Amino acid sequence: MNHSDMTLVQPVMPQSKQLQPQTPSFAMIQTLAGIAMLSGFLVVLVYQVTKPIIAENKRLAIEKAISVVLSDVSAKRDYFLGDEGLVLFDAGQQSPSFSGEKIYAAYDDKDELRGVALEAAATGYQDVIRILYGYDPSCQCVTGIKVLKMAETPGLGDKIAFDADFLENFIALDAQLNVNLGGLQNEIVTVKHGAKTEPWQIDAISGATISSNAIGKMINQSGQKVIPLINKHLNELKHPEKEPGKTSETNPEATPETKE
Amino acid sequence: MTTLTNQEETITLDTFTRGLWKENPVFVMLLGLCPVLAVTNTTMNAIAMGLATLFVLVASSTLVSLLRKLIPKQVRIASYIIIIATFVTMVDYLIQSISLDLYNALGAFIQLIVVNCVILGRAEAYASKQKVSTAIINALGMGVGFTIALLCLGVTRELLGAGTILGFQVFSTSFEPWIVMILPPGGFFVLGSWLLLFEYIKQRKQQTHLNVTGVVEHGS
Repeated sequence: MNHSDMTLVQPVMPQSKQLQPQTPSFAMIQTLAGIAMLSGFLVVLVYQVTKPIIAENKRLAIEKAISVVLSDVSAKRDYFLGDEGLVLFDAGQQSPSFSGEKIYAAYDDKDELRGVALEAAATGYQDVIRILYGYDPSCQCVTGIKVLKMAETPGLGDKIAFDADFLENFIALDAQLNVNLGGLQNEIVTVKHGAKTEPWQIDAISGATISSNAIGKMINQSGQKVIPLINKHLNELKHPEKEPGKTSETNPEATPETKE
Repeated sequence: MTTLTNQEETITLDTFTRGLWKENPVFVMLLGLCPVLAVTNTTMNAIAMGLATLFVLVASSTLVSLLRKLIPKQVRIASYIIIIATFVTMVDYLIQSISLDLYNALGAFIQLIVVNCVILGRAEAYASKQKVSTAIINALGMGVGFTIALLCLGVTRELLGAGTILGFQVFSTSFEPWIVMILPPGGFFVLGSWLLLFEYIKQRKQQTHLNVTGVVEHGS
């Protein structure tokens, strides 16, 4: 197999009419335009084919996360919640004019409100950590968290996603409203590992203090703002107008997993 | 190290196997090291990255080879980049539709396949001068070689860094994982060890060859 020899010959242009030294500009433009069109066609084709699948994947991921943070969920409705009110959120329709947050109200098979899943985010050790947490209005407590996105150090900070002792903090984390219903009675804080004494405190993971603090901070920030609003609109959330098309079944197979 | 051939070569077994061993993109040519070091912290990531690169490599080599007589040499690099970027964007959407978890784990490195020099190198040095069939077979060999290299790193790093392979526990749970192996420095340690092993095997082979024939052959 002689061609495997390392003969470092100067690459000579293949003999071809188009590759003469004087290539007209038109040929170059034509080639680039042709390739760009072919490229555009292929990308659009794949985009169109995969778009519904990707949307479905994202929906399943959210529903799986909701079933982790709230128990016995069989249906959910997406709402948009802001200072000016509560609006049912539809994927096809554009978001309402007022600023606010997207929340997921979860119901059990008897259509009773199980709780609300909310997104929260704060800067961790490396990058922004985004989580979904469940809030149960009946016990006024946080019922679970699920990390959606993070770039924490493997083996140290990333324990926030699966460390069983840490996640136990969020099974019934106290989030009671204060007397004038404008904020939380007790600020949710992360305390040093082993120093947890109150139900609104989060026991940090030793070796992952910054990541643990970020979780406490983001739940507190989001909770102070959104939980009073949820309370204000609780009746609307509990008894939504019956709109059969607006509900979507969650995957019954989706078992609560805290895999990384 | 790439063989710069000007003539169209005929397809032999070597067209394929060259990429696996003699011109392995990672262990011999040391190309495309960015994804090699960055996303090989688990076996699954390594396989996904390897297959994504394999697909882009084969598809772009095919198209470059098909269009080789139409692309004027002044705009060839721009054309290759557009072709490669097209297939990378396609892979990007495909991975999102297969698994979002995988997509999140690979992060920006899917998009960065565009600038993987293995692919542009193959397009410029090989596919643009060869028949479509030869180009495809060579690209397949290179892609498989790249995937094998990623796998070598991925398996080692996951095994030592987490005690698992593909998520299954291999070592007993009393094994204390070497976390450094999953962190970026571990990538360098493991790559260095593999390069050492490859070089050692190569030297041994050369030594045996020398003992038998008494002739030193370069470049083998």
